[in-house]
Amino acid sequence: MVTFYGTELESRLMLGTSQYPSPAILERAFKASNASVATVSLRREGREGAGQPFWDIIQQLGVRVLPNTAGCHSVKEAITTAHMAREVFDTTWIKLEVIGNTDTLQPDIFGLVEAAQLLTDEGFNVFPYCTEDLVAADKLLGAGCEVLMPWGAPIGSGMGLNNEYGLRALRSRFPDVPMVIDAGIGLPSHASRAMELGFDAVLLNTAVAKAGDPVKMANAMSQAVTAGLLSSQAEPIEPRDMASPSTPVIGQAFLS
Amino acid sequence: MKITINGNSQLIQANNLADLLVELKYHGKLATALNENFIPFNERKKTTLRDGDRVEIVAPMEGG
Repeated sequence: MVTFYGTELESRLMLGTSQYPSPAILERAFKASNASVATVSLRREGREGAGQPFWDIIQQLGVRVLPNTAGCHSVKEAITTAHMAREVFDTTWIKLEVIGNTDTLQPDIFGLVEAAQLLTDEGFNVFPYCTEDLVAADKLLGAGCEVLMPWGAPIGSGMGLNNEYGLRALRSRFPDVPMVIDAGIGLPSHASRAMELGFDAVLLNTAVAKAGDPVKMANAMSQAVTAGLLSSQAEPIEPRDMASPSTPVIGQAFLS
Repeated sequence: MKITINGNSQLIQANNLADLLVELKYHGKLATALNENFIPFNERKKTTLRDGDRVEIVAPMEGG
């Protein structure tokens, strides 16, 4: 079990709902992933009412919903989107994104801290999409965030954990803060590695949705997250430079 | 009057936000903003529309 803002979640995998080949595959991928949380967004609604059928599918999944502020480049946009999301999704949870660069989609840390402070003051439970920067993390915690969501790599890049040293340092600097690796995961091995490093959960979307077989990949991600979690709890051995025989040397027959 | 709805200019009859949603046959889970400011559900009726206003109407959608 992992707890975010007082809510216990059984699965350590959070899954995005975007870019699937069809709503049916989204549904099957979610079931295969055993994810506990679905990220969603708010977008302009046409008169044909595309939002309602999507919302019906998400409700049937029976998972917790985490709305995002994706695409927001200013504090004001992010705050307004958070207000709208709270009303529509009836949750105080918000995945706070304040984007600072259109190429890398990396967060604007200054805007992020400002928006996080305003939203936590209003009672939101903020999941800030941040980098591995220790100082920014400290400021986000000071702004009232009780969870951090550092990126693994740029959104949708599939590069995995771009700065493992930085992520290790972040994990070790704030050992008691629940942290989710968000963005950049491409392979199950990346997700597993994130868990091995001691992170509490993984949030991914593109790696599953754009895989050739999203349902199979969702299953693979689920197993990878579980394997990584078990590994981190099992106290793995330290790597070493020289070989160390695993078969006993004592008692070996003299045959040469 | 002429207002902008989700980026498209449109002639409408309604003079408040709640009536606008009815006029345009919007339904289901929605959130609204007027001139870049969030308007909660219970304030839509008393939110008067003026010529040139910009209205955003959003709904649940896929997200990562």
